[in-house]
Amino acid sequence: MPTAPRVIVEVMLKPEILDPQGRAIIGALGRLGITDVVDVRQGKRFEITLDGALADASLDDLHRVAAELLSNPVIEDYELRIEA
Amino acid sequence: MTTVRVGVVSFPGSLDDQDAARAVSLAGAEPVRLWHADADLRSVDAVILPGGFSYGDYLRCGAIAKFAPVMGALVDAANDGMPVLGICNGFQILCESGLLPGALTRNDHLHFICRDQPLIIENASTPWTQSFEIGETIVVPLKNGEGGYVADESTLDMLEAEGRIIARYVGANPNGSRRNIAGITNARGNVVGLMPHPEHAVEDLTGPSTDGLGFFMSALKALTRDGLTSVSPAN
Repeated sequence: MPTAPRVIVEVMLKPEILDPQGRAIIGALGRLGITDVVDVRQGKRFEITLDGALADASLDDLHRVAAELLSNPVIEDYELRIEA
Repeated sequence: MTTVRVGVVSFPGSLDDQDAARAVSLAGAEPVRLWHADADLRSVDAVILPGGFSYGDYLRCGAIAKFAPVMGALVDAANDGMPVLGICNGFQILCESGLLPGALTRNDHLHFICRDQPLIIENASTPWTQSFEIGETIVVPLKNGEGGYVADESTLDMLEAEGRIIARYVGANPNGSRRNIAGITNARGNVVGLMPHPEHAVEDLTGPSTDGLGFFMSALKALTRDGLTSVSPAN
């Protein structure tokens, strides 16, 4: 029996939106002696497990979930992919 | 005279619903408690979405609250012209719901901020600000972790051009808000979002001033004047 598909959604702040958490991480890198990192952006990863096969209709649903719930299109972009 | 009934919505994690209801009472209107799970506005004349941490601020502030049953009824009423005020988390919910443009993001300095904040009133024609004068400076508490208002440049320019920035921070920018924005209104002028907390500045005993009362008095005035039927656009 095939394993249930897993859908990954990654949400990142749009490039033009300031990411103060990413900046704080850069600040901490210096304390690890790492000085050649010029930018860090922090995002979110969602792992969605489905019950059974992924129908086209439910893929549309998942895009809607990603666009309307998991991300805020005013400040964030999302990427959705399916893991076998 | 008909009593003006102002709804105050409680979500799981709302914090300032009691203070908002008290402010409504002190202003002379009748507070009506509304429940997030009921798609029923109980025939109120206006609604306040209070501050706090609805649904634990999980995912994003206001992201889960926008799907609460009460919000469907609220969005319809707001689109019909009902005065709606979102304070802090309520402002975040209004932006997430699409009733107001833009979004509220993490304070640029990453710290939660809590202080008495001077504001300048820039639009005194909404149902929530008409007790003030344009250019008036008021002091109310500000307390947030994600209060930085952001929108793209064209939206910010539009808000400025249409007089839809209702209040700005005076002095140092407390949270990285673009153009020092503390509060905005929608195109029609009936929906207002405000990051600072006027409901905490309604009594001398507990607040830095009583300046906050003006927001609640404004709604009473607007609704009484309009015979509880309609609210004029801001512009």
